[in-house]
Amino acid sequence: MKAQGFGRGCSWLHMDRIIQFENIGLRYGADAEVLSDINFSLTTGGFYFLTGASGAGKTSLLKLLYLAQRPTRGVLRLFDEDVVMMHRSRLPGFRRRIGVVFQDFRLVPHLSAFDNVALPLRVAGMAEREIVGPVEEMLDWVGLGGRQDALPASLSGGEQQRIAIARAVIGRPDILVADEPTGNVDPEMGKRLIGLFEALNRLGTTIVIATHDLPLIGQISHAQMMRLDKGRLIDPTGALRFPPASGARDERAGLPLGKAQ
Amino acid sequence: MNGARISAKAAQRRWLPEGRRGPMPWIIAIMMFLTVLSAACALGLGHALWKMRGDLAGGYTIQIVEANAAKRAEMVRQIEGFFHGETAVRSYRVVLESRLREQLAPWLGEDAQSGDLPIPALIDMSLAPGTSPSKISEISREIIARAPAARIDAHQSYLAPVEALMRALMWAAAGLVGLMLLVTGAVVVLAARSTHDAHRGTIDIMHMLGATDLQIARLFQRRIALDALLGAIVGTIAAAALLWLIDRNLATAGSELAALIALPWRSAAVLLGLPIFAMLVAALTARITVMRALERSL
Repeated sequence: MKAQGFGRGCSWLHMDRIIQFENIGLRYGADAEVLSDINFSLTTGGFYFLTGASGAGKTSLLKLLYLAQRPTRGVLRLFDEDVVMMHRSRLPGFRRRIGVVFQDFRLVPHLSAFDNVALPLRVAGMAEREIVGPVEEMLDWVGLGGRQDALPASLSGGEQQRIAIARAVIGRPDILVADEPTGNVDPEMGKRLIGLFEALNRLGTTIVIATHDLPLIGQISHAQMMRLDKGRLIDPTGALRFPPASGARDERAGLPLGKAQ
Repeated sequence: MNGARISAKAAQRRWLPEGRRGPMPWIIAIMMFLTVLSAACALGLGHALWKMRGDLAGGYTIQIVEANAAKRAEMVRQIEGFFHGETAVRSYRVVLESRLREQLAPWLGEDAQSGDLPIPALIDMSLAPGTSPSKISEISREIIARAPAARIDAHQSYLAPVEALMRALMWAAAGLVGLMLLVTGAVVVLAARSTHDAHRGTIDIMHMLGATDLQIARLFQRRIALDALLGAIVGTIAAAALLWLIDRNLATAGSELAALIALPWRSAAVLLGLPIFAMLVAALTARITVMRALERSL
């Protein structure tokens, strides 16, 4: 069946599953596995929440998604390609299609707010004249239009978070991965940012957000949810549930799905 | 709106923070100072060897040791007669006996001037360039046939020990140049690794945003190449100043040996090309070092 979303990349218009995890396991060094037997697939243009207690493995799972880590076992497919065995020289091309909001923001400390937001576009080799307008617009949108030249150290936690979000979405990525993206902003700005994610989602971007923020989850009516517990998905078959779980099935993923409250 | 005012390249250069340059330019300057001096030494000695060989090649002295003056004069005439018909002999000159006595006077005193003391006859002979060893042997045999008391000495053999010493010094200097360039490379490797480690956080972010290894390596390459060029120029200027001073002192000394060691302009051009070469070595080394370091990450 055809994927949902109104993507700008024709290649994935025909791609149903944009992310597939099959029997994924992850361990750091010789320690016990932090993720075990993870199986799920996410469809193109979907909106997903990843929840779980601290230490459940959310950040590790996100690291696999934005290719900061490769699994120690299993098959991980992104954009219909196996990235586990892929040569590392091909990874930058995949990473440019994934926007990431890190929990600790990871802004480049010596670059201004403008330059931090412009970074993905510059990395992608976009001409400078094409960068200025969108970056300024994005900074205005996140309420930091007047602080373009400010260095991250001079910004508050919330402002840094907004810069991190602006950087993640400026390149209109195919997948947006965000780790607690509204953790440091006031509720009003949190709503605004979620609105930004929804707008991006309407344009075809698949959104994956790790969060503890239950009210946030409630804001997105069509979102689906995965729960992690001690490194395992609560439903080991990879069910994507919206709380509270019901017996409904998502036709796209062929999995049981909940109904929005 | 700083982003609007700068070029894409300028924006990329700022991906790594501009900071203090650190000691690398000064280390490179010292290395380059020593490299240029060693290279000047190697090139100067090489030039001197080449010139010396050219001056002495084909030169021989025939010494006729015969006490009887009449017999000695007859032998000289016989040899001159042979030379007239021999095309391989480019030129010859019989050294006047009076000139020889003058030269011996400082050692023999007044006795050198008296005709009582027999002195050998000397003929300076110059063979045509490219004369084969077999032809040289043939000429030697013909001379001995006409003057059995003759001794033939090749001019090159006089200075063979000096030539061997100069050659050894030239290779030692060239070896030093190679060693200095190796050490320069090692300094660059350490600097690149240290810079890479210092900016690890920024590099990780760049990687996560999709920057390729080459994009990141170019930042280091450019920075280290500029540091190396700065150091190399300073070191070369200092070495050139010292060489100029040495040259002036040698010229004042008026020594023939000094004139022999003088650097021709082509060698000077090689020395001036060394900073560029050092910069290229540094850039390439930095690129390889950083690319290898980046390959260890995902």
